[in-house]
Amino acid sequence: MNQNNQSAEIIKKIQSSTRRGNLITYGIVLAAYIVMQSLVSTGHISSLLKGLLVPVCVYVIAAVSLNLVVGISGELSLGHAGFMCVGAYASSFFTNAYGDGLPNWFRLILAIIVGAAAAGLFGILIGVPVLRLKGDYLAIVTLAFGEIIKNLINVLYAGVDSNGIHISTKSAMDLNMGPDGKQIIKGALGISGTPRLSTFTAGVVLIIITLFIVQNLMNSRAGRAIMSTRDNRIAAESIGIPVTKYKLLAFAVSAALAGAAGVLYSHNLASLSTAKFDYNTSILVLVFVVLGGIGNIRGSIIAAVILTVLPEMLRGLSAYRMLIYAVILIAMMLFNWAPAAISWRERMMERLPFGRKKRTGEED
Amino acid sequence: MAMLEVSRLSISFGGLHAVDDFNVTIEKGQLYGLIGPNGAGKTTVFNLLTGVYKPNEGIVRLDGVDITGKNTVEVNRLGIARTFQNIRLFKDMPVLDNVKVGFHNQKSYSVLTGILKLPKYHRTENEMNQKAMEILDVFGLASEAAVKAGNLPYGKQRKLEIARALATDPKLLLLDEPAAGMNPNETAELMDTIRFVRDHFDMTILLIEHDMKLVAGICEKLTVLNFGRVLCQGETSEVLSDPAVITAYLGE
Repeated sequence: MNQNNQSAEIIKKIQSSTRRGNLITYGIVLAAYIVMQSLVSTGHISSLLKGLLVPVCVYVIAAVSLNLVVGISGELSLGHAGFMCVGAYASSFFTNAYGDGLPNWFRLILAIIVGAAAAGLFGILIGVPVLRLKGDYLAIVTLAFGEIIKNLINVLYAGVDSNGIHISTKSAMDLNMGPDGKQIIKGALGISGTPRLSTFTAGVVLIIITLFIVQNLMNSRAGRAIMSTRDNRIAAESIGIPVTKYKLLAFAVSAALAGAAGVLYSHNLASLSTAKFDYNTSILVLVFVVLGGIGNIRGSIIAAVILTVLPEMLRGLSAYRMLIYAVILIAMMLFNWAPAAISWRERMMERLPFGRKKRTGEED
Repeated sequence: MAMLEVSRLSISFGGLHAVDDFNVTIEKGQLYGLIGPNGAGKTTVFNLLTGVYKPNEGIVRLDGVDITGKNTVEVNRLGIARTFQNIRLFKDMPVLDNVKVGFHNQKSYSVLTGILKLPKYHRTENEMNQKAMEILDVFGLASEAAVKAGNLPYGKQRKLEIARALATDPKLLLLDEPAAGMNPNETAELMDTIRFVRDHFDMTILLIEHDMKLVAGICEKLTVLNFGRVLCQGETSEVLSDPAVITAYLGE
């Protein structure tokens, strides 16, 4: 009986530590939202910073979703921007083609569902062949797929008329639309005239939903299976975990969330082209994940915010801008990963009156 | 009926007959030892039984069911769990989760149930926690449930691997050199644990081991492998006094 009580207590301790970690993450996001929102409403914010609010949300969602693949399932993916691109285009097409007259918030929700579903579908299609590879090979192939997606969309023409959707990869003339037809995707010119439905509030809500999905997934049966395949593939198989299935699950969920980030992005701009979704963006998002700490969701958020806002803040320094940016990247890397910095941070945490007690190695 | 029946099991890599015409029958509840010099093919036998390699020839029957050629995941579902010579834990996951992930095919709920934390999620997780703590308790690991598996001392990592294997509710447990790297005290403790696992979980156990004290102490029957072939098979005491075994493996 005594033993049982003791076990129950240990379980309770583990559960409450996980719950506290999750709540802190939600709390940080909400606090940041309240601060920014009150700054906006009282006018104490530059138009530059105001213009960054939605992009910051986009990158936070992209970073958290990429962390699901890189940190939780342990596979290096370099094609994340490709999934954002799919989400952006699918949703913008949908918004331009349908939904005139519906309330804005409802149109945005529909757009997010369409974008996430399209990107998730691409995630599955690409994941099936790609996840047979491991390590560096997987990274290279995801990089290639990201570029393939971008280039395919670059030659895509699509429109809608009373007969339905018309798609061509040759030219606008090949769409063969009726007189009431409306051309929406114009090849390399992309999509223009998408209503600006994204708001800071919508972005933060989407961040919270992303966190909810990722954090709850991590603490569930499927999440444990995903992490077991990361830590030791052979052992995972030996206890009956279908490795590829769970790698694919992580990949598809991550792609769908990246798609949602793409929706937010495309509905924040009047014109959309594929240029923004090249490998530079994939690498940038990966930088957020690595600097924030691989597998550390809260770190991804913070890194994404700092590294999105920082270059804009440094614009005044013109020539020195990228130099300072690089120095800050290195400093963050050291702070997050150097053993000395980690132990210093833990000592500081213990000293704080509200900090957690000495850690016994439990998960962050 | 025998729990494990292996007949004419063979595999060769290139020209090397790693395992050649291997036969063994293990009764339910037996503690069976597989010994032999380094490179004799012991671990290859484990890899053949668990579907890591597909045999060129031969049949493996587990509790009457033909499991020859099934893959690792299927073999585990059908009832074989194993540990590894070089420990393979999920080292960045807590000790508790290492065991809970072993329940994957016993206690399940959908991905969506997990994300939305529906009532079934809480119910199943509570069951898992309780049962995982029971298993950890058997191995004296309950108080370290929250520790990352990679941070456990060596001996406890070996035990956790056995605990995780047991969580999959196997019919047959394969232990690959469970006492490797342990000092005599730890080995003695491990012998008690293995015996306890057999009795408490009503388990059939096949183990590879070089520590003759452990083998002689707990195994009821032995098979000796040499160059991929069965050199000798039978009751432990008989096998260990067989002249051929002494020359090939034990030394004068």
